[in-house]
Amino acid sequence: MKISEVPQDDTKTMHGEKKAVYAVDDQGRYMQTTTKGWEAEEIVLNQVISEFEEKAREATIRAKNNETSPIEYFMYKNWMDPLTLAQAMGLYRWQVKRHFKPGVFKKLDNKILEAYARLFKVSVDELINFPRGN
Amino acid sequence: MAGLNPLEHRQYAHCESGVVTALLRCHNLDLSEPMVFGITGGLTFAYIPFIKMTNMPIVSYRMIPGSIIKGAVKNLDVRFNTKRYRDKEEALAELIVLVDQGEIVGLQTSVYWLPYFPPEMRFQFNAHNLIIYGREGEEFLVSDPVFEHTVRIKAEDLQNARFARGTLAPKGFIYYPVLVNTCIDLREAIRKSIKRTVHMMLYAPVPFIGIKGIHYLARRIGRLNVHKDLRDIRLFLGHIVRMQEEIGTGGGGFRFMYAAFLQEAGHILESVHLGEASRMMTEAGDMWRQFALGCAKACKSRTADFDVEDIARLVKKCAIQEKLVYSLLKTSLIQ
Repeated sequence: MKISEVPQDDTKTMHGEKKAVYAVDDQGRYMQTTTKGWEAEEIVLNQVISEFEEKAREATIRAKNNETSPIEYFMYKNWMDPLTLAQAMGLYRWQVKRHFKPGVFKKLDNKILEAYARLFKVSVDELINFPRGN
Repeated sequence: MAGLNPLEHRQYAHCESGVVTALLRCHNLDLSEPMVFGITGGLTFAYIPFIKMTNMPIVSYRMIPGSIIKGAVKNLDVRFNTKRYRDKEEALAELIVLVDQGEIVGLQTSVYWLPYFPPEMRFQFNAHNLIIYGREGEEFLVSDPVFEHTVRIKAEDLQNARFARGTLAPKGFIYYPVLVNTCIDLREAIRKSIKRTVHMMLYAPVPFIGIKGIHYLARRIGRLNVHKDLRDIRLFLGHIVRMQEEIGTGGGGFRFMYAAFLQEAGHILESVHLGEASRMMTEAGDMWRQFALGCAKACKSRTADFDVEDIARLVKKCAIQEKLVYSLLKTSLIQ
């Protein structure tokens, strides 16, 4: 990649920041230069984000119908899946999936709720009152 | 710590090679980031379909996190103090003592908990490296190698980032050089590390590492059935590209960084072959970018109007080109 070919697509996800990359000048010498982002990179990043957003939307509807607990919504909202969430919480996946059940969720003790809320960067109130609070 | 140079913040393409480069410079060993990346054997390719993260197979263009630090110990004769912790408070107390003494330290952190990262980047990725070079009250001064400028972080956020759980959990991992050999024979170290990388890429005993791994990925892509799970296919292709580009690879899945290393190595060893290998590796990097572009187009298209075999061919080209590079390196190092 030549320095002149380094993408400067000014993508939204870069927030005006620049990243360092290595590219060759006209004489073929490697230099460190910067990029303002690449459209291809933006496409695949937005792809995974919109995937999670879509799942979060579905989870909201199901939470409203009492078919799932707020944990599933906040999990997707923070770009995790059940396995990543379980690992981040220090639980097993089946435990996390069990916590998706509204009945089980209502009986969760405060310690677990606090741990979830901390991970999701919300208060316990916000967590248990979802989606009514929104 | 006497004689430690003050930290001069620079932006690097990749976090771990950036941190190690910056730490070595503080200890009077002034190497470029590509040199550190290459000499510590940072390059690889791995496609491991049976180990999944967030439901996606592992695709890696570089060695596992931590290997650049290990490579610096092995190939650059650097001695690090390293420590992982069980007790969060102990980790914080020791960090404060070190930093107040003027030590400049590397830390392993989770980007999920770093408030200065753009929200879109805050995934559960636990192997991000950064430097702490000072403290002002409750805030630590951070030199994050993939950012343009230095930042600050509250002790509480840093604690969360150092003690995130999950895959590659940092467990408060801290490291800083205590003994740096500034008279290291780079020529010998370069030869040794290139040989090791070449051997791994050409002769890995398993089908999912090195050139074989790239072909393996190509076959997998060629066999995807676009009439069945179009959405899953798009997510899979997108995932490969994210692994190639995300969190500072210097573009082209580290191939440009390695090409920069080969060029520099060629000057040091006065080898025209290494210069040629660098040029060829640059082409390989460009091919990886072509592949990324092909995948991104497939991700964007609303219909199944892309041909997985075309995309597979793009990967195959990378494998063929890289094989030429390693073969040239192999013969030129024997001479």
